[in-house]
Amino acid sequence: MKPTDISAPDYFHKVVDCQWACPAHTPVPEYIRLIAEGRYSDAYMINWKSNVFPGILGRTCDRPCEPACRRGRVEETPVAICRLKRVAADFKDDVKHRMPKPLARNGKRIALVGGGPASLAVARDLAPLGYHCTVFDADPKAGGMMRSQIPKFRLPDTVIDEETDYILDLGVEFKGGHRIDSLKKLLNENYDAIFIGSGAPRGRELDIPGRKEAAANIHIGIEWLASVSFGHVEKIGRRVIVLGGGNTAMDCCRTARRLGGADVKVIVRSGFEEMKASPWEKEDALHEDIPILNYMVPVGFKHVSGKLIGVTFQKVKAEYDAKGRRNLVPSGEPDQTIPCDDVLVAVGQENAFPWIERDCGIEFDKWNMPQVDAKTFVSTNPKVFFGGDAAFGPKNIIWAVAHGHDAALSIHKMISGEEITERPLPEVHVSSQKMGIHEWSYDNDISGDKRYKVPHRDKVIALKDIRTEVELGYDVKLALGEAQRCLNCDVQTVFSAPACIECDACVDICPMDCITFTENGEEEDLRQRLKAPSPHHDQALYVADGLKTGRVMVKDEDVCLHCGLCAERCPTGAWDMQKYLIDMTYAGTPCQTKARSAA
Amino acid sequence: MTYIAKPKFHHPGLPKNELGYTHRDYEGKISTLCAGCGHDSITASIIEACYELSIEPHRVAKISGIGCSSKTPDYFLGNSHGFNSVHGRMPSVLTGANLANRDLIYLGVSGDGDSASIGFGQFAHSIRRGVNMTYIVENNGVYGLTKGQFSATADRGSKSKKGVMNTDNAIDLVAIALQLGASFVARSFSGDKSQLVPLIAAAIRHKGASFIDVISPCIAFNNHAGSTKSFDYVREHNDAVNRLDVLTGRDPITVDYAPGTVQVVEQHDGTRLALRKIDADYDANDRLAAMTFLQKHAAKGQVVTGLLYVDPDSEDLHTHLDTVETPLNTLEATDLCPGTAALEKINASLR
Repeated sequence: MKPTDISAPDYFHKVVDCQWACPAHTPVPEYIRLIAEGRYSDAYMINWKSNVFPGILGRTCDRPCEPACRRGRVEETPVAICRLKRVAADFKDDVKHRMPKPLARNGKRIALVGGGPASLAVARDLAPLGYHCTVFDADPKAGGMMRSQIPKFRLPDTVIDEETDYILDLGVEFKGGHRIDSLKKLLNENYDAIFIGSGAPRGRELDIPGRKEAAANIHIGIEWLASVSFGHVEKIGRRVIVLGGGNTAMDCCRTARRLGGADVKVIVRSGFEEMKASPWEKEDALHEDIPILNYMVPVGFKHVSGKLIGVTFQKVKAEYDAKGRRNLVPSGEPDQTIPCDDVLVAVGQENAFPWIERDCGIEFDKWNMPQVDAKTFVSTNPKVFFGGDAAFGPKNIIWAVAHGHDAALSIHKMISGEEITERPLPEVHVSSQKMGIHEWSYDNDISGDKRYKVPHRDKVIALKDIRTEVELGYDVKLALGEAQRCLNCDVQTVFSAPACIECDACVDICPMDCITFTENGEEEDLRQRLKAPSPHHDQALYVADGLKTGRVMVKDEDVCLHCGLCAERCPTGAWDMQKYLIDMTYAGTPCQTKARSAA
Repeated sequence: MTYIAKPKFHHPGLPKNELGYTHRDYEGKISTLCAGCGHDSITASIIEACYELSIEPHRVAKISGIGCSSKTPDYFLGNSHGFNSVHGRMPSVLTGANLANRDLIYLGVSGDGDSASIGFGQFAHSIRRGVNMTYIVENNGVYGLTKGQFSATADRGSKSKKGVMNTDNAIDLVAIALQLGASFVARSFSGDKSQLVPLIAAAIRHKGASFIDVISPCIAFNNHAGSTKSFDYVREHNDAVNRLDVLTGRDPITVDYAPGTVQVVEQHDGTRLALRKIDADYDANDRLAAMTFLQKHAAKGQVVTGLLYVDPDSEDLHTHLDTVETPLNTLEATDLCPGTAALEKINASLR
C-alpha cells in the first residue's frame, strides 16, 4: 500500500466517524468535551455554527452520527450524541450577544420560499454578510415542518421560537401567512437569487376500497399533525389505527394517545425490524402502550352508511429472492378486520410544485422533481436554488441544514460573480495535545460506562397533555457521564517513521490491537496479516513507511480508542496525539489559503 | 510509566483459545517500566505464548528476583501465582516450590544483574539440577534501576551512555547454561516476537531446565551507538540459526517445508518442535557443537539466536530424586507421617 497522506483533509475527517456521517459535519467530539467541562454555551455555539438548530436537533435529529459512532463498534451502544446536543442547549447561558453582527446591507435581495430549516439555514449564512433575506411561509410563524409536523411533546414551541428568532434577529424579513403560489411572479420581483426550501408538503394517499366513503374518519398523517399543531384538531376517536411505519406514523400514534385515543395501534406492511422509524421512536411508542402489528397489508376500509368501522388487512410474509430482495407474499391466513373509529394514514410524503410554472427555466425530471445539482443546489435557472426536502425528496432536518449551507455558499459566489462549481476545501487545524510526559489536554482515560438513559416524564402525566414534553433531558451529572463515553476520535494518532526505533511498545500496549509492524503488501493482503481481524474495509488503514527495518507501520483505524497509550509508551515521540479540527467552508469564509497546518 | 489503566475494552474480533480466553486475559497490571523498554515486549511474548498454549493461568507460578526484569511478572498473567523473591534468589525459591508441587508450570523471570551477578551461583545450581522450569533472563547489559552501570553480561569493549568503555569480560549465560547441562537453551531478542514467542512456548512445554537469554535493549541507558545491546546493534548482528514452529496436539505438520530444511524434535508431552534451519549446518541436538558455534560467532561479534540446543530425552530433578508425584500440599497426614512402625523399619534398614 502507498503510505497514507494524512495531510489530505478527508483522511482524519473520516476517522471522526460521527462528524463524517453528519451531513453538516458538526465537530461532535469537540462539543462533547466542552459539555464535559461545563462550557455549555461554547458547546452550543459550535453546534449553532454548524447545524443551526442545536436545541431542535438535540430533540428530533435522525442522528446519522450515532450508528457511525466508533463506540458502537467497541461495545453495544454508541454515545448519545443527539441528547448531549440538547444538554448544550438546555444549560447554556444567554447567547444572544454571541450571535453574528450583520455587516452593512450590500443591496442584494434574496427570496426564500418556505420558512423551514433549509431556508432558515440559508438566511443564517447570508444575512450576516449584508444580504437582505426575505422568507415567505404560508404559516404565521417560522419553522416549517419543525413547527407543524413534530408534536409539541417532543419539541416545545419555546425551543423553536428561540432558535428561529436567532436567525430572524439577524435582520431577516419574515413574511408569515404569505403563500407563494407563482414562481413566475416571484421571479418578476427581481430578487438577486431565489432559494426554494418548501419541503415535501404532501402526504401520500392510500387508495383502497372505502377510502372515499369513509373519508370523514380517515386522515392524512402530516396534515392531521399540522392541524393538531395549530389547534384545529383537539380530539380523535377511542380506537385509532395508524397505517405506516415511519417516524411520522410514530408521531401520529403518540399524538392520538393524547387526544383521546385509548386503543391506538400501528399496523405496518413490513416486518417490525425493517420499519423506517428510528428504533428509539418505536421504543417510545411501545412505551406508551401502542402495539405495532407487522406483516399486515391494508386492503380496504370497512364502513357502514358512511361511517368507518374498521380496516381489513391481508396477512403477508417476507420471502427473499435469489438476489436477496424482499417480497411480501400472502401468507395464506384469512384476512383480518380490525375495528376502529379513526385511521391515520402515514405511508410517506411527496413533493408538490404546483406553483412552479413549467416555463420559467426550471427543468423537471420524469418524477416531476426539479433538476438540482447535488453539490451547488442550483436548478437549471442559475438564479434559483433548491434545498431540503424540496431538492431531493423527504429526508430530515439535518440534511436540510447541510443543503442550506451549501446553497448559501453557491448564492454568495454567484452574486459575487464567482464560479459556483469551485468549492473551496475546508480549512484543517492539527495540533499536538501533549502537555507533559504522560499528560494530554484531553481526558484519555476511557470510561467503561454503558449508555445513560434519558429520563422521561412519568407516563400518566405525559399522556395527559399534548404540550407536555416527554423527555426531560440529561441533568448535569448524567450528561457528564455520557460525555465521558466519547472516545475523542478527533484526537488523532499521528505517526512519524523517522523517529521510530521499532521497539514494539505501542504494539504491546494498544488495548485494541490496532497497530502492526509488518512487510508491506496490497491492502487485501495486509488486512489478513494484521494483529487483529480487520472486517470493516470502509475503515482506513494508516500506513507509514521509512522504518529502518524496511517494514511498514499499519494502523487499523477501526476500533482505536484514541486513549493515547501508544504515544505514552513511545520512547521517542514517534507517536503523538494531535487534535484535528476542520472548518467547513461557508458563505463568506475568507479566502482559502493553500497552506494548511497539517501534521 | 503510565498514569491511566489500560482500558478493559478489547478488539471485538479477537480470537479465543481453547479455554475461551483472548490474549488480553493473560495480561497483568499496566507496566511501570520506562516507555519502550524491551522487557515489555518480553512480557507481551510470554502473554502470547501462554495464550497460544491455552494455559490455565492458575496453573502457573511466576517467580522473580530483584530488578527491572523481576518487576515484570506483575505485568503478565494477573491470575497466576507469583513470588517476588530476594535479589538473585529466584532459582532457590523456584526450586523449592517446584519440589513441593510439581504440577504447576514454573516461570523464572530474572535479569542479567539478578542472574549473572548476585544470583550467579543460584542460577548455576538450578540449571545443574535440571529443575523443570522456564528460566528467562531479560538481558540488557546494564543496571537500569541504578542508572546504567555495566552489568556482568556487558560485552568487553562496549560503551556506556557516557562513552566509558567496558574493560571486564562478559559472562555469556547461554554458554554457561549449555555447559551446566540445561536441556533446552535458546537466545532471542525482544525486538523479534516472531522468534521469541515460539521459543517461550517450546520452553514451557519442555521437561527439564529450559533457559532463554533474551537480549532486551534498555531504552534509558543502553540503546546508543557503541552499545552491543541496542536495537540497532542486535538487528545488525543477529545471526539466527533457525526459526521454530511449535506444534501441539496430533495435528499433522501442514507447513510446507523444503526437504532437508526442517528438523522435527518431539518432546516428552508430544509437543513437536519444527525447526526451520537458517544455518544449514547447525544441529540443535549437539551440545558440544553448539558451544563451539557460539564461541566462534561471539568472537566475530555476532549475536547467535534461535533454539541452540534441545535434548528431547531430557529428565528433571524429580526423576533424579525419585520424589513422590503428589504435590506435598495434597498429601494426607498419614502419608506424611506414616507412624512409629514405618520409622522403625527405616531405622532398621540403616543399621
